[in-house]
Amino acid sequence: MVKENDVLHIAELADIGISSPELGRFTEQFNAILEYFDILDTFEASEPLMRPLVNVFREDEVTPSISQDDALRNSHNPEDGYVRAPKVI
Amino acid sequence: MNDIYNAYLNTDEIPGSKTGSLAGVRVSIKDNISTKDIETTCASKILKGYIPPYDAHVVTLLKAQGAVIAGKTNMDEFGMGSTTENSAFGPTLNPRDVTRAPGGSSGGSAAAIAGGLVSMALGSDTGGSVRCPAAWCGIVGLKPSYGRVSRFGLIAYANSFEQIGPMAANVRDAAKLFSVIAGHDPKDSTSVNKPCDGNVVPEISGKTIGIPKEYFGEGVDAGVAAQVRKAIGKLEELGAKIVDVSLPSMKYALPAYYVTCTCEASSNLGRFDGVRFGPEPEMNLPWHDAYTKVREAGFGGEVRRRILLGTFALSAGYYGKYYVKAQHAKQLIAKDFAAALQTCDMLAGPTMPNIAPKIGELTADPLQMYLADILTVPVNIAGIPAISVPCGTAHGMPVGLQLMGRMFGEETILNAALAFEEAV
Amino acid sequence: MADEEFIVVIGLEVHCQLDTASKLFCGCSADFRADAPNTHVCPVCLGLPGAMPVLNKKAIEYALKVAKALNCRIPEEGEFCRKNYFYPDLVKAYQITMGDNPLALGGYIEIEDDAGNPKVVNLTRIHVEEDPGRLVHMGNKERGHYTLVDYNRSGIPLIEMVTEPELSSPKEARRLLNKLRATLEYLDVFDPEKEGSIRVDANISIKGHERVEIKNISSYKGVEKALTFEITRQKNLIRRGGTISRETRHFQEGKGTTTSARSKEVANDYRYFPEPDLPVIRVSDWVEKIALPELPDARRDRFMSQYGIAVNHARTLTGDLHLAEFYELVAPVGAQIAASWVADILIGELNYRDMPLSKVTSHADQFKELIILVRDQKITDKAGVEVLRVWLDSLQTEGAPESPAGIVARLGLTRESGESFRGIVEKILAENPQPAADHKAGKKGALNFIVGQVMKETKGKSDPREIHAMIAEILGE
Repeated sequence: MVKENDVLHIAELADIGISSPELGRFTEQFNAILEYFDILDTFEASEPLMRPLVNVFREDEVTPSISQDDALRNSHNPEDGYVRAPKVI
Repeated sequence: MNDIYNAYLNTDEIPGSKTGSLAGVRVSIKDNISTKDIETTCASKILKGYIPPYDAHVVTLLKAQGAVIAGKTNMDEFGMGSTTENSAFGPTLNPRDVTRAPGGSSGGSAAAIAGGLVSMALGSDTGGSVRCPAAWCGIVGLKPSYGRVSRFGLIAYANSFEQIGPMAANVRDAAKLFSVIAGHDPKDSTSVNKPCDGNVVPEISGKTIGIPKEYFGEGVDAGVAAQVRKAIGKLEELGAKIVDVSLPSMKYALPAYYVTCTCEASSNLGRFDGVRFGPEPEMNLPWHDAYTKVREAGFGGEVRRRILLGTFALSAGYYGKYYVKAQHAKQLIAKDFAAALQTCDMLAGPTMPNIAPKIGELTADPLQMYLADILTVPVNIAGIPAISVPCGTAHGMPVGLQLMGRMFGEETILNAALAFEEAV
Repeated sequence: MADEEFIVVIGLEVHCQLDTASKLFCGCSADFRADAPNTHVCPVCLGLPGAMPVLNKKAIEYALKVAKALNCRIPEEGEFCRKNYFYPDLVKAYQITMGDNPLALGGYIEIEDDAGNPKVVNLTRIHVEEDPGRLVHMGNKERGHYTLVDYNRSGIPLIEMVTEPELSSPKEARRLLNKLRATLEYLDVFDPEKEGSIRVDANISIKGHERVEIKNISSYKGVEKALTFEITRQKNLIRRGGTISRETRHFQEGKGTTTSARSKEVANDYRYFPEPDLPVIRVSDWVEKIALPELPDARRDRFMSQYGIAVNHARTLTGDLHLAEFYELVAPVGAQIAASWVADILIGELNYRDMPLSKVTSHADQFKELIILVRDQKITDKAGVEVLRVWLDSLQTEGAPESPAGIVARLGLTRESGESFRGIVEKILAENPQPAADHKAGKKGALNFIVGQVMKETKGKSDPREIHAMIAEILGE
């Protein structure tokens, strides 16, 4: 059972916002879905996990980069070629 | 173009050329596939205005064959949904009944084809997003084997499952489109070297088709089931041998799928911070606050819900309970399919358990929406290919027959689908 | 509590940029330092939606070389995973790193402890990961603060080496860092000259108390300073009866202090899971084929046996690859004298001038010429040092050096044989009778004044040993 506080905590961990009117509904839906996920509890893992994708590499060769213009094209107010972001304290 | 179905988010076209197997052919592209210099939004406000500086690999391949890039089609936001009602820019309508949804998440591509606006389109299929709208709009849609089509440039939702797939009005066109996009791409580490020559022939006689009993369970609408059984009967008439099979671990498919895809999505969608692309963050706020606000405003409810679920499932204390368990379940399900496909050339069943819902019918309850994927999701988990071909109607709406093949067995199911299409 | 009762426990996490041509997951050139911001980027390292990583084989080869040199074992399967957190320098909002299945486990490295005895420090693991971008903090109170980001560094391959918490002092930590640096340099996988190419996180605790992590120290000196400050801080706190909180602190390079980090970054749950877009790597069989070059310890031992030099000189000379190579160029003039001149004199003069060895290496012949002049007693040791200084100055300012022989001639530093200054010795002895008397009375060092005066008058052209011998002869000893 996940409570509204737990959902808020997860939202904080995920740096994502939920408005107060949404919170109740979200929590209800959350719980219904998590209960459904619990079907996984009924099954015992008997074999080790296989990872079929092995050793895919590229050679250490330099390929062209994109231009600074293209790199900055979707950002807001770049400065002297840098991308601008809110302050980190 | 008179887009009365809201199938398109962007109708800009890039002319093709006179040479190539798709010379001059118009192909529409789902809006989660990067197109250089053309806005690509994933039907989300958080990417409104985003102009990629590069083409997805499949777009490069299309251009090389002379295709016209004919606009970007509507979808559920970031591929999350089964009806295209989760688009931030309004739902797409089903051309067969405009009060109904076309399916999702590649609803725009399906509606564009079903509505006669274009003959071919690319969609993407993570849990059924090509096959579902194909079934509900009465067109053909193929989900390739995992790795057969490059994902480079496909804006990621669930990396373990998704594939770009061809959608068309008929099997030959779908096969032709598939032959252009299939093949190895060194920019995608999960890409395999299995091109396709696109030569389909109608072939079904002598093939063994397994019918998994779980595909005709109680969740499947009686009218839909009846229509699909009729189609299977037709296949038998054409010379196929029909056998019963079972996929006992199918009950774990949906939870395993939703755990995995929400986990991967919660990670994939972290990059949308408004710094290199997206809406401008509030510069007078400190980083975390500004970032949180961008995401709250830019992502729709379903996207935020899945990010939260995924964050929760990956967080300390829950990783083993959910994510690891889901990976084990995935492996078991894949094993079940592989076992069934040892004795059968392909499996068959309905694509969707119901016909297309009315707009607004499923949106109130997200869990109900997830359950609609029950017949398509297991295929993504197993990584095998599957195609949906129209097989008549139920309650006046199209029904899709789903043929599921062996790993890299697209040619077999395309041939079978063609045989069926030509016979009905 | 007395100082000795505090037992200090230190562990290091060392991140070094691997010297590949391209980045870890894309083909952008890794040689970005001289160029404008955001000119070494592509959809992959810029984290654009839809871009996908492809692993640079050379980065793995380099990391395996290091793992082999540090005596690690390579597990059968290594796996990349995502470390999720949100920061403007992290383009994908996750760093691709390695978690429970790293590239290498165990291993060890030999250093000297504070008493000069050999000490083996065990390693925990080695893995490969990508570097984030670089932040520049801008603005002020009036205009408002903001951050500028350059993504040229985003995606550069890093090797992370983690030690067990077995270091006992800041100096030991610094020695370990130097040894690691030298080893990677010898392996030709790392360029320590590149700014910012090494970054260290340190874990430190006083036995019986909580562990503190100090993040992102970017220089060798910084590590010693940070640890010294932190130990003092912790000891003081304990003495006052306070408790050490388990926390993360940042090192303030300018002030030499550590400060508490914001709790948000610290409380991060990174939600690690395997990177679905990358393969697992099975590379344990690659290790056999890796040929290691001569490493610092082996070279040190060889210098001792081949050149017969003392262990201290051997250690110093092999502690830096280019220094070791330079020594071997110079050694033919005489192993001992070369060792002394390179390790004891040249290094000091270079450090004083903040001058890199690379400025000298292409003029090794002239340096050898200088040592030969000293060796053959054409000039005194003291004059030799003076010539060296003039020579280095000319190198530093003009780049084209004045030859040592030329300097000697110009400054008139040619050594004069004893007889030419016998007169001066006799004169100074006569003018200063007291030192000779003191000497006769048994006072040690009484003659040093005389020697000093003679050297002054002969302007360094006389050798102090010769002068001593001459005085003894004059005094009839």
